Amino acid sequence: MSAGGSAGREPVIRIRRLVNAFGDAIIHDHLDLDVNRGEVLGVVGGSGAGKSVLLRSIIGLNRPSSGSIKVFGQETAEGDGEDLKGLQLRWGVLFQEGALFSSQTVAQNIQVPMRRWTNLGEEMMNELAAMKLALVGLPADAGAKYPAELSGGMKKRAGLARALALDPELLFLDEPTSGLDPISAALFDDLVRNLQQSLGLTVFLVTHDLDTLRAVCDRIAVLVDKKIKLGTIDSLSRDTNPWIHEYFCGPRGRAALAERV
Amino acid sequence: MRNVAVRLAIATPAMVRVDRAGRDARLIAEGDWLVAEAARMDEALRALTFAGVTQLVIDGSKISHLDSAGAWLILRTRQFLEAKGIRVTDVLLPETYRALYQRLESEALAPASIHPRRQTFADFLERIGRGTMHVLHQTYDLVGFLGRVTVETWEAILEPRHELPFAAFVQQIEETGLSALPIVGMLAFLIGVVLAYQGADQLKRFGAQIYTIDFLGIGILRELGGLVTAIVIAGRSGSAFTAQIGTMRVNEETDAMQTIGLNIAEILVLPRVLGLMIALPLLTFFADVVGLVGGMVMTYFDLGITFPAFMRELESAITLRTLLVGLIKAPVFAFVIALVGCFEGLRVERNAGSVGKLTTRSVVESIFLIIALDAGFSVLFSVLGI
Repeated sequence: MSAGGSAGREPVIRIRRLVNAFGDAIIHDHLDLDVNRGEVLGVVGGSGAGKSVLLRSIIGLNRPSSGSIKVFGQETAEGDGEDLKGLQLRWGVLFQEGALFSSQTVAQNIQVPMRRWTNLGEEMMNELAAMKLALVGLPADAGAKYPAELSGGMKKRAGLARALALDPELLFLDEPTSGLDPISAALFDDLVRNLQQSLGLTVFLVTHDLDTLRAVCDRIAVLVDKKIKLGTIDSLSRDTNPWIHEYFCGPRGRAALAERV
Repeated sequence: MRNVAVRLAIATPAMVRVDRAGRDARLIAEGDWLVAEAARMDEALRALTFAGVTQLVIDGSKISHLDSAGAWLILRTRQFLEAKGIRVTDVLLPETYRALYQRLESEALAPASIHPRRQTFADFLERIGRGTMHVLHQTYDLVGFLGRVTVETWEAILEPRHELPFAAFVQQIEETGLSALPIVGMLAFLIGVVLAYQGADQLKRFGAQIYTIDFLGIGILRELGGLVTAIVIAGRSGSAFTAQIGTMRVNEETDAMQTIGLNIAEILVLPRVLGLMIALPLLTFFADVVGLVGGMVMTYFDLGITFPAFMRELESAITLRTLLVGLIKAPVFAFVIALVGCFEGLRVERNAGSVGKLTTRSVVESIFLIIALDAGFSVLFSVLGI
C-alpha cells in the first residue's frame, strides 16, 4: 500500500468549493486544492490565514460550512468518526506539539495505532516500535521514557514515529519545525524528505519555515485572500500578490532562497 | 475494540518458503508484505528450519507491496540467519523498495527494552519507603511554606513595600464567599432538616422531643455548620486555588512574575489566604443561620413546634459562646484550605497532567486537615472546659 500504489491519477486529497466561516469571519471562500500521490505539498500563509483550519477540515476534526473534501475518494467534510474508519489507518498526523499521550511511554504511544488496528503480538509490536524509533532518529532508550521527559525536538520525532506506526500512505505535518533550533529543524527536514522517499509517502505539510519549503516541498500552496495559490518557489517568488511577494522576496525569504544557488 | 484485523485490502497474501539445493538455499518471499500480514509472517518465519544450510539468498523480488513492517521482518530474518552462522549472500527486492530496506539496514537496529522490568518484593518495600519519605518531605515543605506565608503576611501588613493587592483581595472574598452562598446555604438547610428529623425520632421515645431544638442548636452552631462549610469550600475554592496557580505555573506566568521582581507569595497567596479567612467565617455564620432555619421548618412539620416556641427554646439552649466556639474555628480552617491550595498549586510542574493530580491532592489534604483540626479543637475545648 505504500510506494507504487495501485490507484491511478486520482488525487489523494481533493478539495472543492470549501467554505469555512466562524460567525461573520470567513476563513476559506470556495477554496479548491488537489494533492497528488507521492508529492510533498507545503502550505503557507500568514497567521490567522486558516492553515490549521484547513488541515483540521481535511482530517475531519472541523466540519466545514460547505464544500467537499475527499481523501482517497472518501468524503471527510461530513466529519463523522464512523465514516472515517477506513481512512484512519491510511493516514498519520503529526500535531504541532506532538500530542503524545502523556500517561504512556513513547513506545506505548507508537503501539496505540497498532493495538487499535492490528492483531500483532506484544513481541512483534515491541520490535516494530523500536524500528520506528530508529527510523525517526531517536535513541532506543527513548522508548521507555514518558513524553514529559523528552525535549521539544524529541517529542516531534516521537509524534512522527506514532504517525508512521501503520505505514500510512498520507502524512499530515502541522508546523513540524516550529520551536526547533535551526540545526534540529534542518535535521527534521532531512528526515521528512528521507522518509517520504523511502516509504513513498504523500505529505501535506503546514509550515512557516521557508527553509523547510525549500528543502522538502515539491509544490507550495499559499493561503492568501481566503483561497489557495499553487506553485513552486520559483513561480511564486515572481507572483505579484503583495503578501506572497513580501513572503518570498522579503529579507527572510531572500536569505532562505539565496542558499539555493 | 482490540484485535481488530487491519481492514487494509490485501491484494495478494504474503507468503514465505525455503527452496533448498544442498547447502545452498533460497528464502522466497512473495505477495504483500504489509503490517496487516506482519503477525502471520512473523510466525511463518519463526517456523522455518535451516538445518544444514550454509549459504542463502533472500529472494523478495516477487514481493508486490512492502512497508516498513515487512522490511523489518526481512532485515530481522537476515540478522537472525547471520547470527546462526549462515551466510546471506544477497537480498533481492524490487527496485522501488530497495531504498526503504537500505534505510532500515543503515539504522543498526536492535530491539529496545521497552517494558519496565517485573516488580519484586524489594520494589514493593522500596515503594513503601519512598511513599513514607514523600509524606515526610511534603509535611516538611508545607511547614516551610506556612512559615514563609506567615512572615510575608506580617511584612505585607506591618510595613507594606507598596500598595497591598486590595482589589485581588476583594475579588477573592467575592469568588470564595459570595458566590458560594447558594451551595453552602442549600447544604446547611438540608443538614438542619436531617438533624431535626433524626433527633426528633430518637428523642420522641423519651417524650423529650423539645430537646431536639437544643440538639440542633448546639450541633449546628458548635460543629456541623463550620465543618460542612469548610469541607464544601475546600472542594470548591481550595481546588480552584490549586488549579489557578497551577495553570499559571504551566503557562510560565509565575516565572515571569519572578523575573519582573514580583513577590509570588504576596501577589498570589496573600489575597487568597486573607480573602478566605474573611469569607469562611461569614459563610459559616450564614450556614449556622440557614441550618437552624432548616431545623425549625422540620420541627414545625414533624413535631408541630411553632416558630416562636422554637425561638424561645433555642434561646435557653444556646449562648453566645456556643456560636463563637463554632465560629472561632472558621478562620483556622480557611487558613489551612488556602495554604494547602496555594502550596500544591505552586508545586505544579510544567505539564498539564500535574495540575489535575495536585488539585486532587490539595482537596484530599485540606479535607483531612480540617477534620483532624476539628478533632483537635474538640479535645482542646473539653480540656479548657468550654
